[in-house]
Amino acid sequence: MTQETTTVIEHRLFQGDYRLLKLSAPAVGPLVQPGQFVHLRVPRLADAVLRRPFSVFKADAAGLSILYKSVGKGTAALTTVTEGEEINLIGPLGTGFPMIGKNTKTPVLVAGGYGNAALYLQAAKLPVKGIAFFGGRSAIDILCVDEFKTLGWDVRVTTDDGSLGQKGFVTAALDLWLAEQKNLQALELFACGPNAMLKAVGDRAIQNSLTAWLSMDRNMACGVGACLTCVIKRKTAAGWEWARCCKDGPVFEAREILWDE
Amino acid sequence: MNEKPDMRIKIGSLEMKNPVTVASGTFGYGPEYADLVDLDRLGAITVKGICTEPHVGNSTPRTFETSGGMLNAIGLPGPGAQGFIKKYLPFFENYRVPLIVNIWGKTVEDYSRVAEIFNDQARISALEVNVSCPNVKEGGALYGTDVNLFRTVVDAVRIKTQKPLIIKLAPNVADIKVFARAAEECGADAVSIMNSYPAMAIDIETRKTQLANRTGGLSGPAIKPIAIKLVWEAAKVIKIPIIGMGGIYSPEDALEFIIAGASAVAVGTASFTDPSTVVRVIEGMEKWMAARKISSVAELKGTVQA
Repeated sequence: MTQETTTVIEHRLFQGDYRLLKLSAPAVGPLVQPGQFVHLRVPRLADAVLRRPFSVFKADAAGLSILYKSVGKGTAALTTVTEGEEINLIGPLGTGFPMIGKNTKTPVLVAGGYGNAALYLQAAKLPVKGIAFFGGRSAIDILCVDEFKTLGWDVRVTTDDGSLGQKGFVTAALDLWLAEQKNLQALELFACGPNAMLKAVGDRAIQNSLTAWLSMDRNMACGVGACLTCVIKRKTAAGWEWARCCKDGPVFEAREILWDE
Repeated sequence: MNEKPDMRIKIGSLEMKNPVTVASGTFGYGPEYADLVDLDRLGAITVKGICTEPHVGNSTPRTFETSGGMLNAIGLPGPGAQGFIKKYLPFFENYRVPLIVNIWGKTVEDYSRVAEIFNDQARISALEVNVSCPNVKEGGALYGTDVNLFRTVVDAVRIKTQKPLIIKLAPNVADIKVFARAAEECGADAVSIMNSYPAMAIDIETRKTQLANRTGGLSGPAIKPIAIKLVWEAAKVIKIPIIGMGGIYSPEDALEFIIAGASAVAVGTASFTDPSTVVRVIEGMEKWMAARKISSVAELKGTVQA
């Protein structure tokens, strides 16, 4: 992990309300592993004491990009940054997605909305391409389908309103597909999206004795494991312990997580 | 070229090469920031509060950002005294920076026991006693706001340790001077002023409090003027050093605390905003003093004008 003053090299509407922010980050960019995140000091957010964490969408030797939309004070301020402006970031942070197990023949990606941005690097890195289930509220919320297809993934889309792909939840499409599979042990799941979706994916994995890696999202303060804000319950032999999403995660295996009812 | 000012200060037998540490709870146990901060540049590192046994802490949400600050009610989760010794203390063998360990307890016996355990650890330079955590139901703030209980805790810890002893005072008392004086009379080597201020925030849509613990401690720039006033008041009545803290984000903030009467300062919430703050504060203080031909921190201390 390192701290770097980056420069905005591209900032534009990507699709609908979703924006792409590309930063020149020669120190952090090359270090990013799939599933990791960066902690940005958002400019013009002077009365805010905390940084804002963002999953890395793409990264290379020159820099990195994030996909986001305005959902609060921090992201609203971020929409005002312009090309050439400097943004301080800390990264790469957290424990991301692991490589697939040696018995895995078909990796399965499951994403809700722009959660698939956090899966892109993993999709690119995995030596075997499999099937990707992308769900969203409406067609406008389904991003990057062609980019994942270009990487060699079989992309299946669901929308709540049926405006693109199959109508319904992404987990319903996943269920239908899982029911057709003969060799479940050849599958391994990687997921990012809303909590309810992650829990549903985790539950299915556990029911079918599959491994599922879930990228968890919690409010964070320090981002480096010091403050113990972003904790979730991780199962232990004796019960459970707090695990830090920023350091021990954000990616956890489904069987590790003790969900709060 | 101006001569470099003498930044050294002493807290009991603890010699710090500069007067800047970090506030307990904002810097983890040390390793968390080692990639981002040159730990040996600090006057001392103050680690998160430890009690005798492992402690689970509060439910989530544990923090909430507010204008110019943040609320926290982490609830002092931690590995316990032996867990800290095994898991974190070896890390500091590779560093020279003095280590201040913050301790807390639910009972006077807890405080006494944890002080006794750490007294044998050579790598630990000083103990800071948390009698003012606003977020733990038992003990915590109670020991910090009732002066008789306060004296009982300070006495109990003092008798168990030869290490420099720092007492972290609660800000929410009628008269900080009473507690500062009591700490000095009970043999403390310094006081830290201040802990976070008890506070609360509510989501108007759900009508739920923003923290699972309902209330928390407010920290950050919003509390700095409160801390400055408390340091100034306490400095008038005690001779032992004061470590000033509360919203320090810049060298100028730190200097303001020194002028109010603090001998040392701690950077807290600012490490979350920017981990480089603590080193920037050290360098900036030195530069500011050199430019004004102020030869030492001691010379600047308590020079607030009437």
